[in-house]
Amino acid sequence: MTPAGSLLIATSLHKTYGHTPALEGADFSIHPGEVVAVMGPSGSGKSTLLHCLAGIVKPDSGSVHYNGRELTSLSDAERSGLRRGEFGFVFQFGQLVPELSCVENVALPLRLNGTRRKEAEARASAWMERLEVADVAHKRPGEVSGGQGQRVAVARSLVTGPRVLFADEPTGALDSLNGERVMELLTEAARESRTAVVLVTHEARVAAYSDREVVVRDGKARDMAGVR
Amino acid sequence: MSGHDAISGQDAPAEEPRPRVSVARWAADLAMGARFAVTGGRESWARTIMTAVGVGLGVALLLLASSVPTAYALRGERSDARAALGFQEDPKPGPDTIRLGQASTTYRDQDIDGLVMAPDGDSPPKPPGISHIPGPGQMWVSPALKKLLDSDDGELLRERFPYRTIGTISHDGLSGPSDLRYYAGLSHKTFDRGIADYRIDRWGTKNAGKPNPLDPALLLLIIVGCVVLLLPVVIFIATAARFGGERRDRRLAALRLVGADTHMTRRIAAGESLFGSLLGLAVGTALFLLGREIIGGVEVWGVSFFSSDIVPSTPLALAVAVAVPASAVIVTLVALRGIAIEPLGVVRNAAPKRRRLWWRLLLPLLGLALLLPLAGGFGSGSAGGDRKAYQAAAGAVLLLIGVTALLPWVVEAVVERFGGRGSVPWQLATRRLQLSSGTASRAVSGITVAVAGAIAIQMLFATVQDQNTERTGQDPHRAQLMANVPVADGAQARDAFARYRATKGVRDVLGVTEDYVSDVHRDKDDPSTYPEESLTVADCTSLREVIRITSCENGDVFLVDSPSYYGEGAGFAKPGAQVNLSFDDEGEPDLSRKKLWTIPASATKVKPRQDPTGGERTGIFATPGAFDVADLPDPRAVAMIRLDTSVPDATEYVRNASAVLSPTMDVMRLSSTSQSEEFTVIRKALFIGATATLLLIGASMIVTTLEQLRERKRLLSVLVAFGTRRTTLSWSVLWQTAIPVVLGLALSIAGGLALGVMLLKMVGQPLAVDWTGLATMTGVGGGVILLVTLVSLPPLWRMMRPEGLRTE
Amino acid sequence: MSIGHTLLGLLEGGPRHGYDLKRAFDERFGHDRPLHYGQVYSTMSRLLKNGLVEVDGIEHGGGPERKRYAITDAGITDVEHWLTQPEKPEPYLQSVLYTKVVIALLTGRDAADLLDVQRAEHLRLMRDLTQRKRGGDLSDQLICDHALFHLEADLRWLELTAARLGQLAKAVRS
Repeated sequence: MTPAGSLLIATSLHKTYGHTPALEGADFSIHPGEVVAVMGPSGSGKSTLLHCLAGIVKPDSGSVHYNGRELTSLSDAERSGLRRGEFGFVFQFGQLVPELSCVENVALPLRLNGTRRKEAEARASAWMERLEVADVAHKRPGEVSGGQGQRVAVARSLVTGPRVLFADEPTGALDSLNGERVMELLTEAARESRTAVVLVTHEARVAAYSDREVVVRDGKARDMAGVR
Repeated sequence: MSGHDAISGQDAPAEEPRPRVSVARWAADLAMGARFAVTGGRESWARTIMTAVGVGLGVALLLLASSVPTAYALRGERSDARAALGFQEDPKPGPDTIRLGQASTTYRDQDIDGLVMAPDGDSPPKPPGISHIPGPGQMWVSPALKKLLDSDDGELLRERFPYRTIGTISHDGLSGPSDLRYYAGLSHKTFDRGIADYRIDRWGTKNAGKPNPLDPALLLLIIVGCVVLLLPVVIFIATAARFGGERRDRRLAALRLVGADTHMTRRIAAGESLFGSLLGLAVGTALFLLGREIIGGVEVWGVSFFSSDIVPSTPLALAVAVAVPASAVIVTLVALRGIAIEPLGVVRNAAPKRRRLWWRLLLPLLGLALLLPLAGGFGSGSAGGDRKAYQAAAGAVLLLIGVTALLPWVVEAVVERFGGRGSVPWQLATRRLQLSSGTASRAVSGITVAVAGAIAIQMLFATVQDQNTERTGQDPHRAQLMANVPVADGAQARDAFARYRATKGVRDVLGVTEDYVSDVHRDKDDPSTYPEESLTVADCTSLREVIRITSCENGDVFLVDSPSYYGEGAGFAKPGAQVNLSFDDEGEPDLSRKKLWTIPASATKVKPRQDPTGGERTGIFATPGAFDVADLPDPRAVAMIRLDTSVPDATEYVRNASAVLSPTMDVMRLSSTSQSEEFTVIRKALFIGATATLLLIGASMIVTTLEQLRERKRLLSVLVAFGTRRTTLSWSVLWQTAIPVVLGLALSIAGGLALGVMLLKMVGQPLAVDWTGLATMTGVGGGVILLVTLVSLPPLWRMMRPEGLRTE
Repeated sequence: MSIGHTLLGLLEGGPRHGYDLKRAFDERFGHDRPLHYGQVYSTMSRLLKNGLVEVDGIEHGGGPERKRYAITDAGITDVEHWLTQPEKPEPYLQSVLYTKVVIALLTGRDAADLLDVQRAEHLRLMRDLTQRKRGGDLSDQLICDHALFHLEADLRWLELTAARLGQLAKAVRS
């Protein structure tokens, strides 16, 4: 379905890695401020769908429309620029630069966009405060707990004020208490700033933080909003 | 991000009371480590191979270095055995004597050693390497010379040797494979025609095998040189032993989980290292054997070695075989000291101990303290030379090692100051260095020694070289070649000049023929002798080159006073004076059989002029019209030759022409300055050595950089996901390499200058900094930075592909 | 849920009127279904009959009769017994969903679709519970979590069944 007012629309995406098809005609759409869970068994192509939507991976065929632009026809540099400016990312693990302090990690996307260090770190601090990790600002990622690290990552994903936040199993490495706190803060912050969230997860309780879910199975995505 | 992987604040584990570990336990753990090195899957194989290749490169170099003494000794023995030294008193001709003439020549830029010979009897001594003395017109050649003669390049050279090749000189008679050498037979008749000859009754020198005590200054240079070239190799081996350490640590953590204690893990790690370095020893031996074969065919700086000469000295080879594995184990254990391998992961000590400065400063200061008292008092002749040499060497070594030890501290101290300012790549690089500056400093420390040492020795040589580069006074614009033609009489000299004039490539020949004349009256001061003057006969054109004359016609005679002996006008050579041309066998004026010539009254006094060879002539100068050159009884002919530069190989044509005149005659090339060739060679060697070390270090930096990149494949993909530009990460890799290298170079320039100043003071030379040398070394250092970055970029970009994000 | 035991437990803190009891119960446990007063009345009379509570006093006033109940020693023993006795885990062996899936397969209908729809339904409820949890206090959160974990368990079963539909289809048709 491609309802009017969608921020990001993908139609009939195909992507094959080697001989393994990952996506075989997947559709997707999301509105500003909407939180959509992408669910499905492992290996179903959830992450590939996210990578295609975010312009990290170019689909073999199909189109990804973002805010009136066709992502698949943009150059690598243009897509990188888009990711820097308009998208945010949270992954399961291994995403913070170990040698930078937490606040420097959060400020990194802003700095990549050319924001000056002072300002970038000030804005980063504000976001860290919101995600309740202001106290670890000057520690290195190796020195903070998993839940804190993930919240630092969420702060980093939101610091540029992205219009779409892509979260790939953001709580995968956390226990349920920490995971839920992260999801709560993430969705709350996203809703407030009208950021659309594409949330890839295999956990129903994480998916329950979404507004609706899309199920990926056998490389196809099924929007469950209209089902009933 | 893995929370428990590196939680800080945790202290290193309390040392458990050390249980008494049996040898068997040790052996079992070491063996287990060795097994892990092989069976730990692709990763540990990769690590083992990296270590083995790294250690192997180092070992090969060490073995090569340890072969140098043997190679030189073997080479020296053969050179000594074939020496044909003439003595003050030639042995009387007999059945066991041989008549020799030095017939060495030069072809293009290659020196060819040659002897012409004629046996006096039936049992002449023969030089090593040939089966019999060549008969007249026959010659033995070295394989290298044979190859040259047979090649197209040797066409011109073939004309120079009017002999038939009867065989090649065997291994015994050669210093090395590229030795250019020949033995040619001549008849006694040919010898008699003005060939400088001497006799020997045996080959070889008496002091063969008896080493001369080394000049202390030379010893100093050799020791410092060894440290400069070998210390980086040792450092490289130490670095190689650490390759892949982080992965290994994680594997050890898994062992802790199943119950290994701290000591066990250390022993297992040691075993793994030991295995890698033993493999490296094997690789190194193989590389050495391979390198030996290659070196066997290569001529470096005019020196070549037979592969069979390159044999490591046994004690040195044993030392390498023991020290390398031992140091690998020690390095591993030292590296493990700073971390605690816990069952759940590797814990790096949260606040790594700040590097201490005092002992790092102590080393170079101690070195300086040893060197300072030697200032100005270091000469081969001074007393206590040996002790001073050792003191100097120890001082230099301490200074160099001290500079290396200072580096990690300096890198740490400087990097700490950066504090996260600057652009994103700069921030990434500096933060990375702050987290672990040790790896970077270790790799760079090799550079420091090599460059510091090279700079210091460079300075010493530059000064010495300056003094050895003298203006020769020769003027290559007026003539390019000079030949002293041995002639029996003036007529031969005339013929020789004519022959040169007819030679291809010769534009002009200035020929002078000279002989001595004596006064007819005894010397007033020393009545036992007659004063002598030289008489030079040459045509007007040639005379203009040696004396200042404005007009000259055939038949003119000129006089030049030699002021040093007689003062102005004090000589006996005056217009109208009689001079004696007759000399006896001893070379004394022979007035009893005097042959007189009267200097014409028209002879004019003139001033001397520097000739193209830089010499000034005095005495009587006569044109052929005034004096018949054939009347000179024992003349020497000097031909100064102007070449037609458009003719290639003009020099060789002249040399060929000379060889026809006499095989023992050499032709000298004139040049305005002369530079001692050895210094040029050593300079080059230093640069090559330092560059090679820098490259070696570059290689280990590439390995560590790639390793680090591979470790963070996932992180790189994440950075790409949120839009990081390639250039950003590329720059950070560049900075990460550049910062330690630049610091290392800066430190080594400081250390090198300090050591250089000390060395110069010791030999009492004025201070002079060799700026070009400095610039070159800095340039090479910059090149290494670029190289490491460039080699790292393709893998970096490959790892920046989004595929790294896929977890399944 | 045993209302009797719950009311007895609430009485242990001190005697209460029947109306107080209902309010206390609703406040703590009656999120979905508040107690009817009749329910309280009938439960209390049963407990009275069994000697687990006694009437502490009656207030007469203009309104309805207001009895005050107090717990007896036997009642305390009963609460104690109830609390120490573990609850029997539910075996969940009778599953409507399983039946539906088998029938769908037998009749050649789309069982995957059935499962998807069910999942959507489950998630809808989970979303509501999550929403409520976010606004509520700790007891709300615990109660919602309890439900969420159960629903999640169902969802896992749905996923697993979906993954094994082909296998199941073969098994039921043979």
